[in-house]
Amino acid sequence: MKYRDLVIVGGGPAGMAAALAARAAGVEDILLLERDQHLGGILNQCIHPGFGLHHFKAELTGPEYADRFARLVMETPGIEVSLRSFVIKFTKDRDISYLRPGAMEEIRARAVILATGCRERTREMIQIPGERPAGVYPAGLAQKMVNMEGWIPGKEAVIVGSGDIGLIMARRMALEGVKVKGVIEIQKTSRGLVRNVVQCLEDFSIPLYFQHRILKIHGAARVEKVEVVRVDDKFTDIPGSVFEIACDTVLVSVGLIPENELLEMAGAEIDRATNTPVAPAVNLTSIPGVFACGNACKVYDLADWVTRDSELAGKMAAQYLKTR
Amino acid sequence: MIYDVVIVGAGITGAAIARELSRYKLAVLLLEKEAEPAFGVSKSNSGIIHAGTQNPPASVKAWLCVEGNRLMREEIAADLGLNFVQCGQLIAVFDLGDLPELEKIKKEGEALGIKGLEIVDRAWLDEREPNLGPEVQAALYVPSAGIISPYRFVYALVENAVKNGVELKTSQKVSAIRRGADGVFELETGGEKHNSRFLVNAAGLFADEISAMAGAPTFKITPRKGEEYLLDKKREHIANHIIFPLPTKTSKGILIIKTSDGNPMIGPTALDVEDKTDLSTTESGLAEVLSGARRMMPSISKSDIIAYFAGLRPVSGKDFIIRHEDSVPGLINAAGIQSPGLTSAPAIAVMVAGLLARHGLPLEPKAEFHRLRPRPAHLFQVPLEETCRLVAKNPAYGDIVCRCELVSSQEIYEAIKRGATTLDGIKFRTRAQAGRCHGGFCTTRIIKIMQEELGFPVTAVTKRGPGSELIKDERK
Ligand SMILES: Cc1cc2nc3c(=O)[nH]c(=O)nc-3n(C[C@H](O)[C@H](O)[C@H](O)COP(=O)(O)OP(=O)(O)OC[C@H]3O[C@@H](n4cnc5c(N)ncnc54)[C@H](O)[C@@H]3O)c2cc1C
Ligand SMILES: Cc1cc2nc3c(=O)[nH]c(=O)nc-3n(C[C@H](O)[C@H](O)[C@H](O)COP(=O)(O)OP(=O)(O)OC[C@H]3O[C@@H](n4cnc5c(N)ncnc54)[C@H](O)[C@@H]3O)c2cc1C
Repeated sequence: MKYRDLVIVGGGPAGMAAALAARAAGVEDILLLERDQHLGGILNQCIHPGFGLHHFKAELTGPEYADRFARLVMETPGIEVSLRSFVIKFTKDRDISYLRPGAMEEIRARAVILATGCRERTREMIQIPGERPAGVYPAGLAQKMVNMEGWIPGKEAVIVGSGDIGLIMARRMALEGVKVKGVIEIQKTSRGLVRNVVQCLEDFSIPLYFQHRILKIHGAARVEKVEVVRVDDKFTDIPGSVFEIACDTVLVSVGLIPENELLEMAGAEIDRATNTPVAPAVNLTSIPGVFACGNACKVYDLADWVTRDSELAGKMAAQYLKTR
Repeated sequence: MIYDVVIVGAGITGAAIARELSRYKLAVLLLEKEAEPAFGVSKSNSGIIHAGTQNPPASVKAWLCVEGNRLMREEIAADLGLNFVQCGQLIAVFDLGDLPELEKIKKEGEALGIKGLEIVDRAWLDEREPNLGPEVQAALYVPSAGIISPYRFVYALVENAVKNGVELKTSQKVSAIRRGADGVFELETGGEKHNSRFLVNAAGLFADEISAMAGAPTFKITPRKGEEYLLDKKREHIANHIIFPLPTKTSKGILIIKTSDGNPMIGPTALDVEDKTDLSTTESGLAEVLSGARRMMPSISKSDIIAYFAGLRPVSGKDFIIRHEDSVPGLINAAGIQSPGLTSAPAIAVMVAGLLARHGLPLEPKAEFHRLRPRPAHLFQVPLEETCRLVAKNPAYGDIVCRCELVSSQEIYEAIKRGATTLDGIKFRTRAQAGRCHGGFCTTRIIKIMQEELGFPVTAVTKRGPGSELIKDERK
């Protein structure tokens, strides 16, 4: 069994900030595992500006923000980065198994920081009934298709959910010439930033339907239309208020879920409603020497706050290693 | 060319018949209207290999089910490398007054030759099913029942049939059938024509239309919808058996089904519908399934659900229609294959081969029949040591594409090599995209692998065949 002082799982802004802070606090042997081919996590697909206003006092795009950290991480002696390395097993004794092309590795860590980010809630989780045609995508997947691959998923879109990702994707699709026919929000207000409602919807004349929900998705092979209904304050459908919107694409942006399957595998306590670690303070878990930071710890709206709190996680891990 | 037999429909019924006929010196063509096999009824069901209880005692399907179950356990699972799990079944009662009903099911089952049936009490259940709710009083234990992945069952049969010489043609919708002067069937599919001496109709929901096209409008198929809801793999160990409630007059009952891929499933509903293409799920269906399942296991919650679908049982009366149509010599119908069609398929295939022989098709065994099909390796099915060995042998097993279900790029390549041409075809074969994130993570990577391997432009990649393209345009 190979031993490492600190293993960090996830090379997004959280994992990178934690690695740098732990190094600065004196940890000399750090292994950063990232399943993707590059560092940066979800920021690589967020090509819009609006990152770093707090941390760098400058307005950067997601990839620019990530690059500033990635360069430092790669240059810092004492931090080893292993890309295309997918952690598949984790135990309470901090044994880690990960796969990379050509090998499965098994190591034991003295401390671990999980910075595995989050996944999107899906159409299935909010149980939108109807048929299951092509053309229904989680908004983050559509963002990856458009920004990373240059693929335009459809011609006429309806967006479900007015959180920041939904709003940003409404604008992104409109900029690519897709007709965005509306954003459907079941609540009375948007969960997203005010600046996003203004810059992403109002500036593009995209209608925002508050207190509405999708009743049904239609289409045998590809989406053809959605049925929308108005709801009252108790989320009950208002009779007679159903209308249809013709579209070939539905982007679902209904929230994020922290990815804590590894932590759960190790037997840590997880809050089933939020999928976050149960612990007395931020970055902690119920297993000593195992920390969770960034979107794995709780869902953040700004990468800047992820960086701030994850630096703290790096220091906490360093502290833990010193007192052991 | 004139085939000896054309089979219409590559669902479980047609696939099993094709594989059975591939034992003999025959020219056989399997025609399917969808882009891949198993895209009809056979993809959306409970995946249970029933023991054979609870069928009408004098029905054809009663003994076909028992025989299909035996063939699975004793031959097919091992020969075709299928992941069949004989987990057993429980038929639960909420009222001890219903015990005579269980006794009756037990007696009828025993008369059909089903072994090991046993009525078990609450103490027995507490030991083996700790999550049962307080209302459950006793159950009938049916040890020979099990579970299987329905689409991988179809793919295995088709692959093995093709290996033994059957021709498979997909995206071929039979639109007209004529009879030549010499008695040969002439089938039209789009622009193509296929000639055959015998015609086997295994067209599922559309079998009535095919039979009528061939000159025998002798039955009508009506769809009976069943909605099913899949739970997160984290709940894998919630149930150790397939659990049925005793059916009542008003409800057939909602089951808790262990699946061979790990995710427990709850369902199905049973509702007669008009439209043979209506695969929509409904809010009332969800409510019925949840309350039914929670009566047996109260800890099941709505937030456990990660996926859902609906299937349509092809129903014509109470039994299967498996017969030679004497008004159209050479036409064999294997129709109205409602539940337990998945279980019965291997036995139906043997019966159909017998009917063909009786009506003049000589069945002469091939010198060499390849009975065995090597089992494809799936990381999610093997222990970590085996994963290690696979990765060392082939680095692509260490290249994870689907994070929720742990599917490597090697498995995607393999699925394409074995015939997958659509995103759903890859999902059914490998489970990539079938987990809790629903392809949020892996879809773009899979599309790129498909582009490379199949030479498609991205705008031609589909979810399940023409019309279901995923990408409309590429940024210039
Ligand atoms: C679709 C989407 C769009 C977003 N858009 C914005 C936005 O526009 N503006 C904004 O301020 N915030 C946005 N956010 C919020 C954003 O997630 C956070 O600001 C920040 O990126 C979170 O950082 P993180 O490092 O915690 O997670 P991530 O950036 O998600 O990084 C997690 C990393 O862990 C890796 N990983 C996970 N599991 C494993 C494993 N088992 N083995 C190895 N590696 C693993 C992943 O590959 C990933 O690189 C968005 C989030 C999502 C999901
Ligand atoms: C909700 C539900 C749960 C079920 N659970 C179980 C279970 O647990 N156990 C069990 O044993 N059974 C179960 N069943 C029953 C089982 O699924 C069916 O009996 C079985 O799948 C029928 O298979 P098939 O091959 O006859 O039909 P299909 O799978 O529909 O195959 C027919 C094929 O013919 C093709 N076709 C149709 N028309 C044409 C044409 N004109 N030209 C060319 N091709 C054509 C179709 O595309 C299709 O692929 C269940 C069914 C449902 C709906």
